[in-house]
Amino acid sequence: MIYFDKVAKVYPGGDTALEDVSFHVAPGEFVAITGHSGAGKTTLVRLILAEVMPTGGSVLIESQDTKDLHSGHVPAHRRRIGTVFQDYKLLHGRTVYENIAFAMEAAGRTDEEIANDVPYVLELVDLEDKASRFPGQLSGGEKQRLAIARAIVNQPEVIVADEPTGNLDPHASQEVMQILQKINELGTTVLLTTHDTDTVKKLNKRVIHLERGRVVSDDAN
Amino acid sequence: MSVGTDFKRIIRSGLVNFSRNPLVSAVSVMIMTVTLFLIGTSILMNALLSFSLTQISDRVDINVYFFPNTPESEVLSFRDEVADLPEIISVDYVSEVAAIAEFRERHEDDYLTIQALDELDDNPLGATLNIRAQDAAQYESIAQYLEGVAESSDPIAGDIEKINYNQNKEIIERLGSVMATIQRLGMIITGFFVLVSLLITFNTIRLAIYGAREEIAVMRLVGAENKYIRGPFMIEGVLYGVVATVLTIGLFFPITLWLSKFTTVFFGGMDMFAYYVNNILAIGFILLVAGVLLGIISSFIATRKYLKI
Repeated sequence: MIYFDKVAKVYPGGDTALEDVSFHVAPGEFVAITGHSGAGKTTLVRLILAEVMPTGGSVLIESQDTKDLHSGHVPAHRRRIGTVFQDYKLLHGRTVYENIAFAMEAAGRTDEEIANDVPYVLELVDLEDKASRFPGQLSGGEKQRLAIARAIVNQPEVIVADEPTGNLDPHASQEVMQILQKINELGTTVLLTTHDTDTVKKLNKRVIHLERGRVVSDDAN
Repeated sequence: MSVGTDFKRIIRSGLVNFSRNPLVSAVSVMIMTVTLFLIGTSILMNALLSFSLTQISDRVDINVYFFPNTPESEVLSFRDEVADLPEIISVDYVSEVAAIAEFRERHEDDYLTIQALDELDDNPLGATLNIRAQDAAQYESIAQYLEGVAESSDPIAGDIEKINYNQNKEIIERLGSVMATIQRLGMIITGFFVLVSLLITFNTIRLAIYGAREEIAVMRLVGAENKYIRGPFMIEGVLYGVVATVLTIGLFFPITLWLSKFTTVFFGGMDMFAYYVNNILAIGFILLVAGVLLGIISSFIATRKYLKI
């Protein structure tokens, strides 16, 4: 599903974010990437989304090497991956409903599909009664649930969640983790990054630990 | 997914953005209205000055004055002779009787002049020929020809009192060149203002889109195609143009109505309001095209920065 093969990323200016990172995530797996801030977790996510390119090695999603992606195909590549961010990255000028509908419109789904699926995912994340609110009117936990709803609505093969609980209180964090687990149980691959080792321990899933851009432990090995 | 659905969604999204950001939309529309107003002003000003210039150059003519009591038949045969010249467009004959009647009418409020005229037994005015050339440049040669006749041994030469081309010429030429200078200067000044306001409009739209840069970044992360992100902004640009055109067209009604009071008196009788109303479709079309293009191009350029992958 996701392959990192001896990946290195050095940003312009000489900051090394990742060095010799190799791992493989199988379809249907739930993998947590842990590490302190600056360990390279966010760079890893950006590499998967083809926001940045590796300076060494290769990142493959299925058989697609991100380096070979033509710039015109990047949007389609991103639509295959559902992404959840620490800072939610919602469209503030649009309602809860429209935020999800936008992701579906961008994926070229029909009006009927949008009318059917948006209420369904809203119910899944327990936001069905807030459909006409704007993101500014939601709590942190609600915003993150909305972001998850948006990430899963197009039924991507993989969900990448970058520090999804980073800005949330323990209760909201737990809710978000439960939703992610539920999504995984329904068959979607989940890749989660977090610096919160306690949360990860409770999950009892595979953990890859990064330190200063290198993999220092991987439960799979 | 059909192109139609895409287009419908882009339009809907543009309309929603336009109405959900009333302040940004209002500012952009107002700034664009100023630009279109300047463009409209330059169109109207140009029309006014061109009209006045034509009026003035139409007034250039050569007057041949005959001594009083010159037999009408001689004047008329000279008129026919002159009228045959290819450069000449018209020769108006004003008889002695008509000349005095016109003079009286022009001085009807001037009691002293009329009284002096009444005391004369004879009509002091002779007949006149008013000669108009096809082209202003031809007056010089026509005048030379007439002067030549006046100095020749032709019997009519003795009847010609004077030919007053040179008197008119200088005044008209000076007025014409003043008008032309005003027109050119006006075009340069309005051109400058139009350019400045174009830049301000572009910048306003750029700022509006700058305000939406995070949204654009999010849309890209969700995997939206560029046309999907850019389209609604361009629709907003079109809306700014359309609304600003409607406002500008509306603004010109009271303004031209008010101005026509002055233009009919000072600029050779041009009724600005009538001109505006008669040409409203053409002017409106120019403004609409300018506004819509400005909106689309500004939005296109402004979003480009945030859409590079």
